[in-house]
Amino acid sequence: MPVRPRVLVPLALLAAVSVACGGVGGSGGGGGDSDGAGGAEPKGSLSTLGFGLPDEIAKARVATFKKAYPDVSLKINEGGFDAQQFLSSVAGGNPPDLVYLDRNILGTYAERGALEPLDQCVKDRAIDMAAFRPAATAQVTIDGTVFGIPEFLSVRVVIANSQDLKASGLTTADVDASDWDKVSAANAKLTKSEGGKLSRIGFDPKLPEFLPLWARANGASIISDDGRTATLDDPKVVEALSYTLSLVKQEGGWSRMKSFRDTFDFFGAKNQFAQDQLGAFPIEDFYLNVLAEVSPKVPIVVTSFKDRQGQPITYSTGLAWAIPKGAKNPDAACAFMQKMTATDTWVAAAKAKAKERKSKKLPFTGVFTGNREADDEIFSTVYQPAGIASLDNGVKVLRSVQEHAFSLPPSPAGAEFEKAWQDAVTRALEGRQSAQAALEEAQQQAQKALDQAAK
Amino acid sequence: MTAETAAVVRPARLAAWRRRETRWAYLFLLPWIVGFLVFTLGPMIASLVLSFTSYDVLSSPSFVGLDNYREVMSDPAVARSLGNTVFYTALHVPLAMTLSMGLALLLNRLGRRSSGFFRTVFYLPVMTPPVAVGVLFLLLLNGQTGLINAALGLFGVQGPNWTTDPAWIKPGIVILSLWSLGSTVVIYLAALRNVPEELYEAAKVDGTNARQRFRHVTLPQVSGAVFFTLIVNTIASLQMFTEVYTMYFGNKQTQSGSSDAALFYVIYLFQQAFQFLHMGYASSLAWLLFVVILVITVVQVRVAKRFVYYESENS
Repeated sequence: MPVRPRVLVPLALLAAVSVACGGVGGSGGGGGDSDGAGGAEPKGSLSTLGFGLPDEIAKARVATFKKAYPDVSLKINEGGFDAQQFLSSVAGGNPPDLVYLDRNILGTYAERGALEPLDQCVKDRAIDMAAFRPAATAQVTIDGTVFGIPEFLSVRVVIANSQDLKASGLTTADVDASDWDKVSAANAKLTKSEGGKLSRIGFDPKLPEFLPLWARANGASIISDDGRTATLDDPKVVEALSYTLSLVKQEGGWSRMKSFRDTFDFFGAKNQFAQDQLGAFPIEDFYLNVLAEVSPKVPIVVTSFKDRQGQPITYSTGLAWAIPKGAKNPDAACAFMQKMTATDTWVAAAKAKAKERKSKKLPFTGVFTGNREADDEIFSTVYQPAGIASLDNGVKVLRSVQEHAFSLPPSPAGAEFEKAWQDAVTRALEGRQSAQAALEEAQQQAQKALDQAAK
Repeated sequence: MTAETAAVVRPARLAAWRRRETRWAYLFLLPWIVGFLVFTLGPMIASLVLSFTSYDVLSSPSFVGLDNYREVMSDPAVARSLGNTVFYTALHVPLAMTLSMGLALLLNRLGRRSSGFFRTVFYLPVMTPPVAVGVLFLLLLNGQTGLINAALGLFGVQGPNWTTDPAWIKPGIVILSLWSLGSTVVIYLAALRNVPEELYEAAKVDGTNARQRFRHVTLPQVSGAVFFTLIVNTIASLQMFTEVYTMYFGNKQTQSGSSDAALFYVIYLFQQAFQFLHMGYASSLAWLLFVVILVITVVQVRVAKRFVYYESENS
């Protein structure tokens, strides 16, 4: 029986926390080069949530939009996507015109009716969805309806300390995950302890967050293609978790390993490769850019992560633009999404970024836009090898794995599903449950959440 | 005006004046009353209503009766998070009160000027933003490179992995919580300063030692302040959120791989509300916590009647 507490809603939001927390222009549709013909000339105010202007890639694209649509007054609410802020604005009847959010949670909002379908927008603005990488498009399309325009394709590759590999008589083939026995052997050789303390992690499997990658490499998925059925108790998922747990055990166990990992100066010049604290790990592509900036000459080698048949495979994530239900200026929002993801806009942004890096005498490692056409254009006209073998080779690997990317499908309970499997992996890492028991419990929790959300 | 008339008029005027005074009092209280009704009582009633619904903010709530409360009773995460919170409270409150009293007693022995300096020093950490405290203690408590284990190492003790070993996560959080003892110290110091000197002198004449004077003079005299801090610290501990959320759940990186041992009740409530969009369920969780706090507070008040000394009652 529906009740109508419109007035009470904002108060209730406060209460849930206060009671308990108290004291609680004219070019390219996405990928194409069409003119966006068909959409009316937008004007008025346009507000965004979840988007910031941290670098030239964002700034240059926004500048391109402003130049193309001078009659639109753009209000960028800097900062990452904040569910609390978004929900409050929706409950208050004043949602932003655009949200910029992780593609992994887009399905949750779309399936609850919080986002506008974009099929008409795609048609009006001639956005070529086929130009986007399939792994990106899959995350914003639910039952054939588009709910978001994707940006970026963050892929995972293996980065290793080349000096450590050489000193241990290893090659990238030992750490590319195609042969799990080889990875275990490499882990044993690369892991070092001094004075009872871990001083180097051999091979960090990046648990819990990379379980989907290990599962896929073992021929399984943690959720069905339609995003409605959890498959966490699949024997191959259990096998993948059991294997990765064995790597952590080789390093002295989770508590010891994580405690050491938490000390890494991950984004600094004294990062784990510069300090010889890590042999190898699978990691998101952005990290090559980090290393290019803070320690470009650190001895690393990049290789693709491979499945057990030896084929490159990569787990991908990324961001997306979407229009919330109740947005006051959907026309301008549609024009904005088209312009921000158009090939020409991406190329202009890449040029600005390359120029900025050059002025700082830093290597430019390219931009992976999630838009195949834009990527091809950027890497054929803007990108120039830095002349540093490790980085140049790394960029080649990153480009090569783009077509091997998979992603988790949109799910009505994305956040709960993720929490269920990540908590399960943590319980197993802490030794409180076996891989089998932890994933069986997670399967129950995840399926219950998916079923409830789908009602 | 005769003396008799004046005598009759005076109480009437006094009553009128009192009424005016009462009206003025209410006028000055009005901002708080409005704030309380709009921002506390109203939301509490709304959350009570929502606790009987299934509501995700994005669509209209639908009435589900007592389903949320039944779910609360069977949800293992509720028991786990409540257990973590009560465990923390049981460790933190007595420890914080004992340490604060010790520090206040030391401060009370200092001269006024140096006491003021140290009072400021002890209170300064309270001014540190809780988020900064959370980040700071992630570094201090690190099992490999943290200062706390380095200090233990000086005594030949190999410290545990405070932030990653489930058995040591809550004790680590208790250590963190001692960072902001300052408020309690200041309250105790004020209470100690109010203990009449002649009581100590009389006790000395009776031949008592320092321990006896503390037990039979100081403690009864400051028992009101002790009781106040017991109530306030217990409620704050049961609502512990910001520091722990920052340390273990603040972003994707910290959240993935964070142990259940750090899942405090209000964090679980927040996750249900704003990560999983279960506003109705989160409201029922809030009301359960309200009841838990109410019961504990009532018990504390009842017990306190036997131990707390109020001078005004005595007089």
